Amino acid sequence: MSAVENPRQISGEVLLNVEDISLSFGGVKAIRGVSFNILKGEIRAIIGPNGAGKTSMLNVINGFYHPQEGKITYKGETRSKMRSHVAAKQGIARTFQNVALFKGMSTLDNLMTGRLLKQREGILQQTVDMLLHAVYLGPAKRQEVVERKVVEEIIDFLEIEAIRKTPVGRLPYGLQKRVELGRAIAMEPELLLLDEPMAGMNLEEKGDMSRFIIDLNDQYGTTIALIEHDMGVVMDLSDRVVVLNYGEKIADGTPNEVSANQDVIDAYLGVS
Amino acid sequence: MGGGTASPNKQDADTFPKLLLKNAKSLAEKPAIREKEYGIWQSWTWAEVLEEVKCFAIGLKKLGVKRGQKIAVVGDNRPRLYWSMVAIQSLGGVPVPVYQDSVVEEMSYVLDHAEVVGAIVQDQEQVDKILQIAEGVNRIKLIIHDEERGLRDYKVDGLYSFVNVQEMGRKLLSDKPETLEEWHQDIAKSKGDDVSILLYTSGTTGKPKGVMLSFNNIMISAQNGNRFDSLNENEEVIAYLPMAWIGDHIFSFGQSYAAGFCVSCPESPETVLDDRREIGPTYFFAPPRVYENLLTEIMVRMEDAGTIKKKMFHYFLAVARRCGERILNGEPVGLMDRLLYGLGELCIYGPIKNRMGFSRVKVAYTAGEAIGPEIFSFYRSLGVNLKQLYGQTESSVYITAQPDGEISAETVGTPVYDVEIKIKKNGEVQYRSPGVFVGYYKNDEATNETKTKDGWVNTGDAGFFDANGHLKIIDRAKDVGQLNDGSMFAPKYIENKLKFYPNVKEVVAFGNGQDICAVFINIDLTSVSNWAERNNIAYASYQELAGHPEVYKMIEEHVDEVNLSLASEPRVSGSQISRFLILHKELDADDGELTRTQKVRRNFVGERYAPLIEALFSGKTSAYISTEVTFEDGRKGVIEADLKIKDMITHPPVKFDEAAE
Repeated sequence: MSAVENPRQISGEVLLNVEDISLSFGGVKAIRGVSFNILKGEIRAIIGPNGAGKTSMLNVINGFYHPQEGKITYKGETRSKMRSHVAAKQGIARTFQNVALFKGMSTLDNLMTGRLLKQREGILQQTVDMLLHAVYLGPAKRQEVVERKVVEEIIDFLEIEAIRKTPVGRLPYGLQKRVELGRAIAMEPELLLLDEPMAGMNLEEKGDMSRFIIDLNDQYGTTIALIEHDMGVVMDLSDRVVVLNYGEKIADGTPNEVSANQDVIDAYLGVS
Repeated sequence: MGGGTASPNKQDADTFPKLLLKNAKSLAEKPAIREKEYGIWQSWTWAEVLEEVKCFAIGLKKLGVKRGQKIAVVGDNRPRLYWSMVAIQSLGGVPVPVYQDSVVEEMSYVLDHAEVVGAIVQDQEQVDKILQIAEGVNRIKLIIHDEERGLRDYKVDGLYSFVNVQEMGRKLLSDKPETLEEWHQDIAKSKGDDVSILLYTSGTTGKPKGVMLSFNNIMISAQNGNRFDSLNENEEVIAYLPMAWIGDHIFSFGQSYAAGFCVSCPESPETVLDDRREIGPTYFFAPPRVYENLLTEIMVRMEDAGTIKKKMFHYFLAVARRCGERILNGEPVGLMDRLLYGLGELCIYGPIKNRMGFSRVKVAYTAGEAIGPEIFSFYRSLGVNLKQLYGQTESSVYITAQPDGEISAETVGTPVYDVEIKIKKNGEVQYRSPGVFVGYYKNDEATNETKTKDGWVNTGDAGFFDANGHLKIIDRAKDVGQLNDGSMFAPKYIENKLKFYPNVKEVVAFGNGQDICAVFINIDLTSVSNWAERNNIAYASYQELAGHPEVYKMIEEHVDEVNLSLASEPRVSGSQISRFLILHKELDADDGELTRTQKVRRNFVGERYAPLIEALFSGKTSAYISTEVTFEDGRKGVIEADLKIKDMITHPPVKFDEAAE
């Protein structure tokens, strides 16, 4: 008896395509004419030295920044800029480099906020819902039960049962990162953007986080784009890697191709 | 010393599968097991458990599990794993629970030795381990897992999910209704004398041994245990100790089936404390360290509380210390104290017990090792009926236990029903009971060493009965020696008594083959330095503090109290501490004086400090010693010291009837 693992199925269908993106803040050019795509079902890493424009790139993708030039095609729809709430609505979720949770709220409540987008729209309806929620009646009650179930499954998935009711401000950093990932998953995204999910973690926490990312991709088929500095993690996790340096793309390919690329080595080690 | 009365437990259901059929009828709608899943407690009634077990067992049979085969069960406490055990038993197989945290090599030894042909496991982690083991142990052909996660892409022959197997069973039941009758015949074939389970002892000495226990062993012990503490079908228990340990098998499985009470499985090992609080068990078991940790946590958190709360806490704790235990024991207590205790229950004890999940505890046990008397009485004074018991795998747990109202931190109680106990000449405790194991699996030599022809089992522990007929365990039998005047010398017993003082960190007692008993003492730096600060005692180093006359004086008081307590026990009154010295350095694992698990290596210490021992026994008042020490960075150095030796006055042994008060 021995385990034969199936290679994952990546369809080849393009989920997101960015073309000739340029972004500048006044005189500072953060991104210069970068193009790459993300295939449905893959784990895509964006790497590069400090200040290479990685986080800016993520911000462009989820509509936080609006590039001066270039086109973004998401699920076949092309636009020059995306608005962040639209991006969220269309299934793009993200985590942040610096944890951005509601510190005073419990893990459970933080995850529940991830479900808000799944609720009804319109000011009038939301006001009614809010009142119904407050008295915990009728449809609001039913909905709360449904949402809670989804959130509980995520709690189980991320193995954070023990901190369900702990205010996240009291949690160690590694666990906060995990809760943040949980909140992003709660949106049931098609594309999940992770900004340095392993920063500041110890080896064991990194191992756990890697496993969650792989399982998430494997079990739910979530497409993942991640920025990460730990090269070991990047090489192990990702299917394809795009390398940025000073706002420009210098390489794009499988982890092996990228790590053998002379430009990449130079960018990381410096050229004499 | 004889046991209690013989118990009337002859009944038709002499195996667990038969008992399950019976419970599913008589207690059909009562919850049998619970598990917290997705944040909500899910429960299964006895009738539902029967349904689950039935489908699974029939599925197992279809997969080829046969009478006499052994199947490993590995994982945290899960309903499905408990069901697996009954399902295996229903087909005449023998479940072999294995410690879920053992590494591949350890697990591999057990699975190979037990000749298991399959394994029912919790999750991917365990599947990976078993797959690795199966490469070397070809017998293993079947792996069934509870959780799906991460296993979707495993393409392995013989790997099934628990649900799959149940579906196979369910399909077979609907296609061929006669399967049910066959299953009932399978169940009927097993008898009480058959081996019901194979449990491997942890093997602190040498390789683990497989203890074979019959249905009768487990069932009669469980019934006697239930009767001893009047447990019925309304108890609540939380199953959180390893399933491979006899304690869990009796408390969470045997006793639950015998009495029909409900067992709750925690959501994950990390949530046990919260889950326990939600369930509020009425019957609870834990090793001493669990009680210690809980107490420490409460004390630490109280330090952060506001002044008023803190004052109340300490005031009512003092009240509890004064009268709590007496109230619990049903002894007479003054009206004022009773009123104060009632108020304390309302303001302090109740909330604390609730916090710890002890609000509803009827009986709580501690066993395994000695518990500090202060910790023990802390819980009792709060009204938690904490008791001690003594048992081992070979006895299906129960040898002795403390009956309600006859509690002491130092004894382990009186023999449980049907248990006979003898003390051998060398002090070793021997017992005979219906729980006595069948034998060690494939190890007749060890069986014959441990168990006599007429069913007496050597525990390997030395002990004696005190004036009230309560058993007292003092040491491992092989460590017990004699002083030259013939009195018994039990080093561990003396050391433990001293170590319960917070100021004392480590003790090494010497005396075997000598005229007197003498000890080395290590002070506890944290607590002694704290004491020194409060008493304005200046010192510059550990060595200086250890040699300080005031410190000697304080330790002398402790030693005197220990002597006094030894004097009150006839068997050990001859080995009171005559002389002691305080070591100038802490015993350290880096210097080889302790094992990595912080146990003293007595022989090594004896050789290393030979001049000190010589001085202790030759009557000198001080001794010079120079020892090489290893610093944390690996450098070596030499510490020299002139150590004072203190003589102690020994107390005349207290007469037997006086000790009994």
